[in-house]
Amino acid sequence: MWHRALGPGWKPLLALALALTSLQGARAFEEEPSPDGSFQVVTFKWHHVQDPYIIALWILVASLAKIVFHLSHKVTSVVPESALLIVLGLVLGGIVWAADHIASFTLTPTLFFFYLLPPIVLDAGYFMPNRLFFGNLGTILLYAVIGTIWNAATTGLSLYGVFLSGLMGELKIGLLDFLLFGSLIAAVDPVAVLAVFEEVHVNEVLFIIVFGESLLNDAVTVVLYNVFESFVTLGGDKVTGVDCVKGIVSFFVVSLGGTLVGVIFAFLLSLVTRFTKHVRIIEPGFVFVISYLSYLTSEMLSLSAILAITFCGICCQKYVKANISEQSATTVRYTMKMLASGAETIIFMFLGISAVDPLIWTWNTAFVLLTLVFISVYRAIGVVLQTWILNRYRMVQLETIDQVVMSYGGLRGAVAYALVVLLDEKKVKEKNLFVSTTLIVVFFTVIFQGLTIKPLVQWLKVKRSEQREPKLNEKLHGRAFDHILSAIEDISGQIGHNYLRDKWSNFDRKFLSKVLMRRSAQKSRDRILNVFHELNLKDAISYVAEGERRGSLAFIRSPSTDNMVNVDFSTPRPSTVEASVSYLLRENVSTVCLDMQSLEQRRRSIRDTEDMVTHHTLQQYLYKPRQEYKHLYSRHELTPNEDEKQDKEIFHRTMRKRLESFKSAKLGINQNKKAAKLYKRERAQKRRNSSIPNGKLPMENLAHNFVIKEKDLELSEPEEVTNYEETSGGIEFLANVTKDVTSESGAGIDNPVFSPDEDLDPSILSRVPPWLSPGETVVPSQRARVQIPNSPSNFRRLTPFRLSNKSVDSFLLADGPEEQLQPASPESTHM
Amino acid sequence: MSVRVVNDTAVLEAQAALQLDFRGLLRFLYLSFLYCQMDVATVPSLEVLPSPQNHIELNVVSSDQIEQLHRRFKQLSGDQPTIRKENFNNVPDLELNPIRSKIVRAFFDNRNLRKGPSGLADEINFEDFLTIMSYFRPIDTTLGEEQVELSRKEKLKFLFHMYDSDSDGRITLEEYRNVVEELLSGNPHIEKESARSIADGAMMEAASVCVGQMEPDQVYEGITFEDFLKIWQGIDIETKMHIRFLNMETIALCH
Repeated sequence: MWHRALGPGWKPLLALALALTSLQGARAFEEEPSPDGSFQVVTFKWHHVQDPYIIALWILVASLAKIVFHLSHKVTSVVPESALLIVLGLVLGGIVWAADHIASFTLTPTLFFFYLLPPIVLDAGYFMPNRLFFGNLGTILLYAVIGTIWNAATTGLSLYGVFLSGLMGELKIGLLDFLLFGSLIAAVDPVAVLAVFEEVHVNEVLFIIVFGESLLNDAVTVVLYNVFESFVTLGGDKVTGVDCVKGIVSFFVVSLGGTLVGVIFAFLLSLVTRFTKHVRIIEPGFVFVISYLSYLTSEMLSLSAILAITFCGICCQKYVKANISEQSATTVRYTMKMLASGAETIIFMFLGISAVDPLIWTWNTAFVLLTLVFISVYRAIGVVLQTWILNRYRMVQLETIDQVVMSYGGLRGAVAYALVVLLDEKKVKEKNLFVSTTLIVVFFTVIFQGLTIKPLVQWLKVKRSEQREPKLNEKLHGRAFDHILSAIEDISGQIGHNYLRDKWSNFDRKFLSKVLMRRSAQKSRDRILNVFHELNLKDAISYVAEGERRGSLAFIRSPSTDNMVNVDFSTPRPSTVEASVSYLLRENVSTVCLDMQSLEQRRRSIRDTEDMVTHHTLQQYLYKPRQEYKHLYSRHELTPNEDEKQDKEIFHRTMRKRLESFKSAKLGINQNKKAAKLYKRERAQKRRNSSIPNGKLPMENLAHNFVIKEKDLELSEPEEVTNYEETSGGIEFLANVTKDVTSESGAGIDNPVFSPDEDLDPSILSRVPPWLSPGETVVPSQRARVQIPNSPSNFRRLTPFRLSNKSVDSFLLADGPEEQLQPASPESTHM
Repeated sequence: MSVRVVNDTAVLEAQAALQLDFRGLLRFLYLSFLYCQMDVATVPSLEVLPSPQNHIELNVVSSDQIEQLHRRFKQLSGDQPTIRKENFNNVPDLELNPIRSKIVRAFFDNRNLRKGPSGLADEINFEDFLTIMSYFRPIDTTLGEEQVELSRKEKLKFLFHMYDSDSDGRITLEEYRNVVEELLSGNPHIEKESARSIADGAMMEAASVCVGQMEPDQVYEGITFEDFLKIWQGIDIETKMHIRFLNMETIALCH
């Protein structure tokens, strides 16, 4: 069925695969030297580039395959991608084999452990939902440690038992070999679990338990594998009790050591990122390099490398995310996802390819089938037993349905395969049997269970994870609950999760964050603030979307002409000019306003109010595309361009809007009747203009423009505050908004999605038109914001509120340095 | 073990409990067990026992947990029969809690104690203490839909009462701001103003969730409990408002 669906994209893939194999043949003629020895214009040096070329081609094939799979939504919604990739690998492997008759590409353990596995695990650790993870840590550890040992022991012993009964025929293996096999086949594989469970969307607790188990069982697997391998090498009769004790000790050393290495490197990483302010461009590199070093270090010390890199990711995420600039954070996020998903793709495809090699296949029906049966059955038994114990202690019980999914989700994968390939054939006589059985097991779990788990989850009605928008109220209440719970635990004298969490977060705030975070980052790291910013940003996006949707002219004109009536803009205040001059001096010269020429032409034209309004509005609402400002190439600098300012401005505007409408609704007062009238008229106009109700906006088209910036922005506001604080003290922006909106008019609450047309502040228009001011090269929108505090109308409104604290003069003085400071230090917003 | 305290009221209480359902019986057993454990001085005065319909709520915890809580109670009260607000100052870990005052207040809130629509009690006895603690009982999902919903509501009510400090059934903007300011006061870097604007934003969000589009002259006065439930709709509180009373030895945190 899906063959047909894949039809169109299938052929190029085959062609590519064929090209790969024929390139091998190309070696034959490439080496011939030119007959006359003279200089050749073009030479064909395949040999020169062969290895990287083939690697790149394979990656290309895998990636193209992904595109092809996703051409048909029907296929990917039913069949997990990992299964498709394995099948693709089998097909490609078959082609290569048919052409070449050597299995030239296989998944080697070196490739897997050194290059493919780390990105996946790092990604898992770095994006681990920490709270969920640590909240369920006990459960996860039990499943990971006891569960894996149980699986290994029971599978190995049962197979040995069957072997003794003679069902498998003659095999040159002993008990230890079986246990070795059991230990490598026991571990649930993080790559496979992630690949399948990401598509299934079970509820988060279930997900974190299965996923966490697959990550943390690595230590157990490594130790069991090493112990049994050395036992096999020693020979069964020479194993003493001391060795067993050593094995147990080594478990603790390996797991705790690995974790410790991870934590140490996480500390280093956080510390390093604290000081990368001036090398922004290589900042993301640190994240990858240091995490990778943690992996290699613990591999070097023969500790659990997976644990190391997992915990490196888990521990550093908070500090790194706070320290690095927003662009770097985005880079890290995307790169990590790209690497992980690429590695995963390659792993599954190579698993398929590796299987096409007649040399490794040794068939033993009883052994293979019984392995499949045993791992499934013992997994289920293990899960039920452990859950029974756990449920006596867990607050949220794991129900039967969860247990079914957990048992069924015990997928084996590439880790098992890589481990079994690592075995030494001289010591383990039946290595090929183990390899082929492992492959069968992996294919069975990934393809069959992967295919069926989705229907199973649907059929059992497992609680799915729900995707909700972050709600401010929810976060606030959630925070309140946290505090209540820890308080109750304090009062009742209990020590529970909440107690520990509370203690930890106090410790973190008092010491760790101080050491590991930039000072500015410490201020802004608060979940509630983040949600707040995100919500505001969303509003801003829909705001722009609304403007676009409604077409520029209606959108531009209606409100501003209304507002214009009362504003006298003919006399620019001296302060305005001054400010713009100083601003001009500091402004980056390379940022040139692109419509300079048109401005020039208009300079002497009659000053038309309409024109000016339009211009203002354009400057304010039609933001400039990103690329326009990148005139210079620099490897080390990303010029901070207008985007940030624009986004910040959107943010400010939104804030103002939200608060304004809210305040007016909340307080229900109209101090200013005229303004109220105006407001109503605007609203009426707005209704005329827009047929679609506010708030139900098609925002997809813009959303993707903002996707990248979304995260970037969450911190911008508080950081700005940092700058202010030094000179004027206090959060100016918020303060201004809260203060001035109270006096602003309007009755009735608006939808939080603000309406654009009410936003044009008269004060903006009171300035000299941008093309007449000395600062053409400055983007007026920026200036407009900077100057708001000083413009006459605003000033008037602010004064009464200010009076309560300071005199008007001091307010003025305080505002001066602030506005000069801000444009001068675009870099400082990153601090 | 012998029952040292038998007075008339206790007998009456016992009879009352026996006439109730099985739950009541269990509770009676708990209580009598409790009485056996207590010194004369600490027996709660029985007049203030909650009315029978609250029995479900009192099904807090197992007997040894009650015992443990009682030990803790005595520790807090300094072997007095009642706890006053000042007693909570003795819990050192509480000092770091940004909404400490609100939480302590909730212990004395008559609404939470089911003693009246408003006001604060001066002191609470062990029974009251248990009543408060019972808000944090894990929801027993075996009880059926209705019970689960009921206890969910109770938990939310506790939170609601904490926000609604003037007991008028509404969380007004001022009250909300107050709470948010306290919540964020743990972070020294967040200014009061930004806390306020966050509260404002949250309030707006609440208004839009509960009322939707409002007319220009309509005024949103505050979050009522119904609105509060609406906000919480679909949000899982299973893990949020529960404490598993571990059978861990109480650590002497009081001095």
